[in-house]
Amino acid sequence: MSAPSQSQGPIVRWIDERLPIFTFMHHEMHEYPTPKNLNYWWNFGSLAGIVLVIMIATGIFLAMNYTPHVDMAFNSVERIMRDVNYGWLIRYVHMNGASMFFLVVYIHIFRGLYYGSYKPPRELLWWLGLVILLLMMATAFMGYVLPWGQMSFWGATVITNLFSAIPGVGEPIVTWLWGGFAVDNPTLQRFFSLHYLLPFVIVGVVVLHLVALHTHGSNNPLGIDAKSDKDTIPFHPYYTVKDSFGLAVFLILYMAFVFYAPNALGEAENYVPANPLQTPAEIVPEWYLLPFYAILRSIPDKLGGVIAMFGAIFVLFLLPWLDSSKVRSAKFRPIYKQVFWIFLADCVVLGWAGAQKPEGSALLIGQLATAYYFFHLLILLPLLGKFEKTRPLPQSISEPVLKS
Amino acid sequence: MTKMKHLVTAVALVAFAAVPALASDAPKPAKQEWSFNGPFGTFDRAALQRGFQIYKEVCSACHAMHQLYYRNLAALGYNEDEIKALAASVEVTDGPNDNGEMFTRQGRPYDRFKAPFPNSNAARAANNGAYPPDLSVITKARPHGADYIYALLTGYKPAPAGVKITEGMQYNAAFGGGQIAMAPPLSEGAVEYKDGTKPTVPQLAKDVTTFLAWAAEPEMEERKRMGFKVMLFLLILSGVLYAAMRRIWKDVH
Repeated sequence: MSAPSQSQGPIVRWIDERLPIFTFMHHEMHEYPTPKNLNYWWNFGSLAGIVLVIMIATGIFLAMNYTPHVDMAFNSVERIMRDVNYGWLIRYVHMNGASMFFLVVYIHIFRGLYYGSYKPPRELLWWLGLVILLLMMATAFMGYVLPWGQMSFWGATVITNLFSAIPGVGEPIVTWLWGGFAVDNPTLQRFFSLHYLLPFVIVGVVVLHLVALHTHGSNNPLGIDAKSDKDTIPFHPYYTVKDSFGLAVFLILYMAFVFYAPNALGEAENYVPANPLQTPAEIVPEWYLLPFYAILRSIPDKLGGVIAMFGAIFVLFLLPWLDSSKVRSAKFRPIYKQVFWIFLADCVVLGWAGAQKPEGSALLIGQLATAYYFFHLLILLPLLGKFEKTRPLPQSISEPVLKS
Repeated sequence: MTKMKHLVTAVALVAFAAVPALASDAPKPAKQEWSFNGPFGTFDRAALQRGFQIYKEVCSACHAMHQLYYRNLAALGYNEDEIKALAASVEVTDGPNDNGEMFTRQGRPYDRFKAPFPNSNAARAANNGAYPPDLSVITKARPHGADYIYALLTGYKPAPAGVKITEGMQYNAAFGGGQIAMAPPLSEGAVEYKDGTKPTVPQLAKDVTTFLAWAAEPEMEERKRMGFKVMLFLLILSGVLYAAMRRIWKDVH
């Protein structure tokens, strides 16, 4: 396919000769060769990018009307809901957008797990994705603090207090994070500043994620490399239209929450203004952080819990080496295919356990699920790489299609 | 198709993980039939006005509604003159004037609902140490929202045998822990309705809860109306894009 400079008008040509932005776009978004067998699970990467844009766009307008001050934050949010034109819509899109962002990204990650998208040569692509996840968690956590409700305040208190577990320097670090001796106005103001900053850092890492992606192209359900032109199709129009269809379907779910159950995914307690003198009956994070919260609380020791929680993400960075199987796709890995679903179920159980009071059988279930989480990643996967008998791989992406 | 089924399963799974009951120890309240339930729900205007009357004559003795302005009452069906009169029924402190002095004047539509106490300490002092919460967003601020408020208002009963009630407290079956500092606010005939509705306790509770639900989510009717249009648009858009996708992909094997 020819570069656009021959087919476009003189202005585009003039610009393109000096700054080849049109050639670049044509190359990366139009003719970009993509495996032709991608299924709907490959929609979630572009969905995540679109949700990020929606979050930044709505966030900018919210920031125009929000006041980061302990005495005014709660009221300024309610003012947005009541007196700012379509403020309720902007806020509900932003608030539910956080949940949707995590939903989409978690599906995107589990797709990567199932089809071995983290294996060579895509290890750095995987790493950049995990960095995005970590940045998202930090951004979401600080965003949740901004309305300055009860759960904002106590969530911030609990999470920042985790750093006090660091031996020796823990307490000074927490004081430094707070900007005082408790979660207070300086904390709220720096969280607002960082909540505005981090999404743009995420955009930067997303760009790197895309550069890494476009270097070797998408993985695919068969997990084998594209060998010839027969195996690939240009990104546009094939995947632009497929991603658009996926986006429309996704928006149905997203907008159903925004318009019909805008507070269903949140905690009622956060509509109670923050009160440093009154601890809520239960302090729980938003649903998307519950699995990690369960891991944190399943270790009886504070420092141990913090290490386990951060370790849960850190081990994912090692995944390309822990999973030593040469075969990428679970399609050709009969045992991995089974344990993948067990691992997914384990993460759901962790999410459930994170929402319960950490006592009795719920605590025990959370501890067992935590143990299994690490067992799967640290022991099961290396063993499977050694002992699993994989099924024969097809010659090429086109071959199994031609056969049937 | 099976892929889509998997997708739905996954979404359902995550949703399931998302909705575990994070309730306090309050018992789950019974579901009530509300005019504002469901995707096409609206607020019953007559119930809203009756509910506001209860708030004005009963609740507002202790509970503030800081987020509301008298002008907001237009949504209840009051006209401009009625709203001016309602606002004028309170005295608000304004100022400072040109001499640097605070003064009182009649309320105007752009004033916030007048709070019963100047600050939370005064509110506690007058209420046996218990703070009567602001009611602006109360149905959003409690699990099970309107159903819970209704259950609470109708939940005053004689304490069951063996339950000891601290002095100054009441037994309430809907309240977490069973003991509440608020004295039963509603009793038969607590207000006199102008429209002839019989002011039984369940009726009063239903009306005032409807009013509080509106106060917490005044955008709800517009939200649901817009939601219907958005859903319709997205369904059609999905159909069109699906057809486009099928057509573009038909030569790919």
